[in-house]
Amino acid sequence: MNSNFTLLVIDDESQIRKLLEISLEANGYKLVFAVNAKEGITMAASHQPDLILLDLGLPDEDGQVVLKQLRTWYQNPIIILSVKSTEDEIVKALDNGANDYLTKPFRTQELLARIRTALRGSFNQSQESVVNFGLISVDFVSRIIKVKDEILKLTATEYNLFTLLLKNDGRVLTHHYLLKEIWGNSYAEQTQYLRVFVAQLRKKIEEDPNRPKYILTESGVGYRFNSG
Amino acid sequence: MLVFKNRRNQYLISFLSVATIMLLCLGAREVIDYKIIGYLLLFLVSILAIFLEIKPVLLAALLSALALDFLFIKPYYTLHIDNAEDALLLLLFFIIALINAVLTYKIKRMQKAIHMKEARANTMKLYNTLLDSLSHELRTPIAAIIGSIDTLQQKNVNLSTDSKVHLFNEIEKASMKLNYQVENLLNMSRLESGYIQPKLDWCDVKELAYTVGNRLTDELSNHKLVIVADDSLPLFKLDYGLMEQILYNLIYNAAQYTPKGAQIKVEVNYEVDADYESHIDLIKKCIVTISDDGYGFPESEIEKAFDKFYRLQNSKTGGTGLGLSIVKGFVEAQHGIITLHNAETGGAVFEMIFEVDCLSTKTVENEF
Repeated sequence: MNSNFTLLVIDDESQIRKLLEISLEANGYKLVFAVNAKEGITMAASHQPDLILLDLGLPDEDGQVVLKQLRTWYQNPIIILSVKSTEDEIVKALDNGANDYLTKPFRTQELLARIRTALRGSFNQSQESVVNFGLISVDFVSRIIKVKDEILKLTATEYNLFTLLLKNDGRVLTHHYLLKEIWGNSYAEQTQYLRVFVAQLRKKIEEDPNRPKYILTESGVGYRFNSG
Repeated sequence: MLVFKNRRNQYLISFLSVATIMLLCLGAREVIDYKIIGYLLLFLVSILAIFLEIKPVLLAALLSALALDFLFIKPYYTLHIDNAEDALLLLLFFIIALINAVLTYKIKRMQKAIHMKEARANTMKLYNTLLDSLSHELRTPIAAIIGSIDTLQQKNVNLSTDSKVHLFNEIEKASMKLNYQVENLLNMSRLESGYIQPKLDWCDVKELAYTVGNRLTDELSNHKLVIVADDSLPLFKLDYGLMEQILYNLIYNAAQYTPKGAQIKVEVNYEVDADYESHIDLIKKCIVTISDDGYGFPESEIEKAFDKFYRLQNSKTGGTGLGLSIVKGFVEAQHGIITLHNAETGGAVFEMIFEVDCLSTKTVENEF
């Protein structure tokens, strides 16, 4: 399966470490563990893991600080596992360079999906000019999007928003990030644009805009694209 | 009564009131008998004893005795007393003033003790209600988890695959229930500590309702959820997270307390001026109604439905009685109001009204 990936878990709770060891090793990952921030940073340097699962509530250091420190040199994905579920904390972690977050309690299937997504990278890094998922095909060169072989008409803003989400398939993009990327820095707080344009996009690409499959809402944080 | 709180003020009041009476009486010294003045001072000390603490009252008693002797008992302007009757009277005056002060003080202390006892009894009652509902709501799922695991681990018993699947399902259901209750307890403590500061931002309330509905798919498997919202619904400035929790609790509640097959309806309406599209920051009403066609609430219990730890009499379904009080707290944190009544056709109707900033989606669309 995923035989060659090494994951580093930084978590002081032995129960969680054991649970992750069993469920992740059963899915073919190799695991190494650290029980505090200091050990975590050392292990990250010595083992060069393919992905880090980081708990925010560590005994010796605030997880956000650890995250920032890691991000000064560590470039592989970091997924936050935390009991702190306030939106501010999550947004802060994403701003500090986390690729994704899961709040405890989380479902193992969900964790596995997030790990797969993070390890896979995104369409962003792939060189393909055409991407297919579900009934939708996107040609980045000709800027043509087709749903069930019919050409979809999108405005320039809709197209930019859609491709930005798509290129970050599986990743949470915060409201701030999306607004800055699509509308510009001075629009970072103008969430009304996102609300309206996401609703419009959903109407065009989702089979049931009220039960979206592709553009998922992350409450109070942002949006996540899910190509399936 | 605030002036009485300060110890220094109390001494001041005690001193000034005695001095005032003295000055007033000084002019009439030759007309009124000093015994009358003695009674007046005694009266003053008694009054002071009702309002002040013990030490300032004792000061007043001592001051009055000295002043009575110094200013009113002949010879004036000396503490010396010539006749034995006057001396005895002064002594009696002082003792009665003291007894008065001490007795009043004791009564006040007893009252305070009774108050504290009552307060403690109330806290105990609340605590017991909490313990009752908590131990039920938390222990039931824990019991289900432990029981299922024990059965699964039994070595000499052969369970069918179906039974195993069933037990695993039980563990899952119980864990989710525990999680919901813990979430409620955490939210309650957030409310209690006054820690909640709504983060108001533009919300698509229709999308919000659907998001919550989709999250509750499992809980609603035996119910019908209908969401009614206009496509032209404006955006409202609300706290997305709080709104999500409010709708979650109300829909979850409806699913728990209505019979199988019941319909739960979420309606989002709004009231705006005719020309609202030309304005941006207009404050208008966002009205969210959640109704069901279940049994409704007994009329006598509607008033208490939002109380903390309150559970319906004869309620068969479990609950900590926290869900609705959290809803109310979260609605009010966003300056909204929530009411509950029974529909004429039966079933409960929760109506929330938020008077908040609204923004037409057309205004936004036209900008890009």
